[in-house]
Amino acid sequence: MINTPFWSLAFGIVAFLSMATLIGRAIAWKAGGDNATVVNLNQRINAWWILVAVTLPFIAIGRTTATALFAIASFLALREFLSLTPTRPGDRLAMFSAFFVAIPVQFALVAMDWYGLFSILLPVYGFFLLPTASTLAQDTEDYLSRCAKIQWAIMVCVYGVSHIPALLFLPIAGYDTANGTLLVYFLLVAQLSDVLQYVCGKLFGKSKVAPILSPNKTWEGLIGGGVLATLVGAALHGVTPFTAWQACALSLVVVITGFFGGLILSAVKRSLGAKDWGNGIPGHGGVLDRLDSLAFSAPIFFHLTRYWFTP
Amino acid sequence: MNPRPRSELVARELLCSLVRLLVGAVPANGVSTTTAQAIFFANHSSHLDTVVLLAALPLRWRMRVRPVAAMDYWGNGRIRRWIAERVLNVVFINRHGKVGEDALAPVRQALQEGASLIFFPEGTRHNGALPDEFKSGIFRLAEEFPRIALVPTYLENPNRTLPKGSLLVLPLINRVHFGAALSRIAEESKPAFLTRARQAVCELAPHQFSSSPK
Repeated sequence: MINTPFWSLAFGIVAFLSMATLIGRAIAWKAGGDNATVVNLNQRINAWWILVAVTLPFIAIGRTTATALFAIASFLALREFLSLTPTRPGDRLAMFSAFFVAIPVQFALVAMDWYGLFSILLPVYGFFLLPTASTLAQDTEDYLSRCAKIQWAIMVCVYGVSHIPALLFLPIAGYDTANGTLLVYFLLVAQLSDVLQYVCGKLFGKSKVAPILSPNKTWEGLIGGGVLATLVGAALHGVTPFTAWQACALSLVVVITGFFGGLILSAVKRSLGAKDWGNGIPGHGGVLDRLDSLAFSAPIFFHLTRYWFTP
Repeated sequence: MNPRPRSELVARELLCSLVRLLVGAVPANGVSTTTAQAIFFANHSSHLDTVVLLAALPLRWRMRVRPVAAMDYWGNGRIRRWIAERVLNVVFINRHGKVGEDALAPVRQALQEGASLIFFPEGTRHNGALPDEFKSGIFRLAEEFPRIALVPTYLENPNRTLPKGSLLVLPLINRVHFGAALSRIAEESKPAFLTRARQAVCELAPHQFSSSPK
């Protein structure tokens, strides 16, 4: 069992994290412990242990538990998003439905493998029902922007995030997606891209990509981290249904969409006057600070894979 | 202050944990005041306000703080009254007392006994992100207890989580912003003090909420 591709990936991730932990502690020992960047680095590494320790077992147990885990993550992300978004009393029914109807139904559809409804529930039915709920209060002040904000929150935090566990249900000929290998592969490339961009940025970063949106993102970090993550994605093609070149291209797509996904949510966050989405994950910020790139890259990775690799 | 039974303290901590989990009551920043006693005064828009503020306080403050609560709400019904008295350790005040009756007497006594307070100077809940005009109670307490720190506190989101007149609770994050203790100005008039105290609470509101219409 340990020899399966899933466990090889899991073992690789644990080995990589152990190495990162040793390096992080060594840097902290050398720097003397009061450097904010070093403290943050070690906080991030520690939080990664917890994220990995929660995520991998949930995926290993099965598709339903994995879907449930991402439903919880979606709930926490939506909570962070809507907590920072000003709304009016007339939006309460729409928000309540987002938390307690949209999330359970969307993730139940994922777990039921009902692709036809899962892919249109929120863009078609949600698009109609949520503004309908907000008309009941007959409050026209900022009506369009209020509806747009709630719709956006749901598209990012529920629709986008639901495509992550949906990867477990792709019927790829001659390849088992249910065991979680493709999902872990996707998460690994996406998160490694974030991590390596951060590391390359700290090591070589000089020129900022978007100083107003995200002061920590640099061209050196983006290119260095992006190229490295793409290469790792290509090198790991053996655990995927893809050839090396296909894996390379898809990893590049994940890197680019993830990068811009992060920038988009950074812009949203700043337009709401916040620096982090929350403080649930020490060193990282909120749950949405970790999911921001995935919320955009998951649907695109899902649909590209579905278009080319399923019957 | 008499030491409280351990069971009541455990019940209080359990309730606070539940509040943190369900409506994310978290401090946005720490309490910078170092005096032994303080009055945390905050905007009041929801029945959740008292427990949200209590849950967000550091434990050492929570051990010494007593929420000031209206008898007509918190004393109403056996379960609610039990929670108010035994779990929250509130100081009851009578909002609808007879003319000439001093509603603040129990509050004054609690302060003299060494307690800190959670106090809502508006006197009742108001809808909206920012507080309404403050009533004179906080001014009288400030005058009578010049050494007790007055800590402005802004409760972010209870008015959206469970506003006045709603039964639907949204699971939003309710952050609590603690300000620096209000400075004391000698001979300050009542209206000037009340305006300044209210302003101190409003200034703690994140801008996307403070700029939205009341």
